[in-house]
Amino acid sequence: MAHHETHGSTKSYTIGFLLSIVLTIIPLVLVLNHMLSRVPLIVAIIAMAILQFLVQLFFFMHIREGEKPRYNVMALILGAVITFTIVAGSVWVMSFNEQVH
Amino acid sequence: MAQAHAAAHHDHPHDHHDQESLKIMGFWIFLVTDCILFASLFATYVVLRTHTAGGPAGHELFEVPGFVAETFILLTSSYTSGLATLAMHKGNTKALIGWLIVTALLGAAFIGLEISEFANMVHEGATIATSAFLSAFYTLVGTHGLHVSLGLVWMTAIMIQLARRGITPVTHRKVFTVTLYWHFLDVVWIFLFTVVYLMGVM
Repeated sequence: MAHHETHGSTKSYTIGFLLSIVLTIIPLVLVLNHMLSRVPLIVAIIAMAILQFLVQLFFFMHIREGEKPRYNVMALILGAVITFTIVAGSVWVMSFNEQVH
Repeated sequence: MAQAHAAAHHDHPHDHHDQESLKIMGFWIFLVTDCILFASLFATYVVLRTHTAGGPAGHELFEVPGFVAETFILLTSSYTSGLATLAMHKGNTKALIGWLIVTALLGAAFIGLEISEFANMVHEGATIATSAFLSAFYTLVGTHGLHVSLGLVWMTAIMIQLARRGITPVTHRKVFTVTLYWHFLDVVWIFLFTVVYLMGVM
């Protein structure tokens, strides 16, 4: 029970903060300078966003720490699956609608 | 074995402590449901983003300095709310309230920028009724802005409680959940920044 909560340190928050800044600046520079063609650019900036999401999950929200079993991580994975299904599913299904018109 | 363990826990003097960690677990579940709310709004936006109905598109409306400033302000406030949690673990009430004030001020600056962005867009004739793209845009970004605004009210209430009661197991849990909420809002913004703004100005 000693580690019922997440602690972290100034160091871990600062590392997370710096990584987040870098992962914000890279896609910004890529987009503003038109450094890639459209599809690779979209893939690159979404990859950067997911990376930053993971950085914040580990360095700010400390999901590695905390009491076991980690029900919060299980809930989070379920949420991620539902989120992916809703977004990717909608885009995929509606792409057929675009073809019809 | 598991029952014996549970029974041992029941008689434990830290019953209250278990209550608080259960509430934190409940808050994680709320965050997951909130995530699903944003997922459906994101899906709507992505599907409708090209449906401008003769109205302005994202690259004509979004101003790079504005949304970049919003991004860095919210990111910094997420960091300072983390520093608030650290001050709490050290038992430093003054530093805790101080960092929460910094976080709330950055949050207020973010909301101020967002309101002026919306006001400028409406002034240019891009309202929520102009096109499906703009309806989806205002709903998605506005829902996030509403979350940040409610977070500010909640955070202010917790600061008042902290000033009156200090760090107790209850205020400890409340600070912990409000910072968790704040980090979550920054995570949502990362995707707003990428999908709405960066892909909008591309």
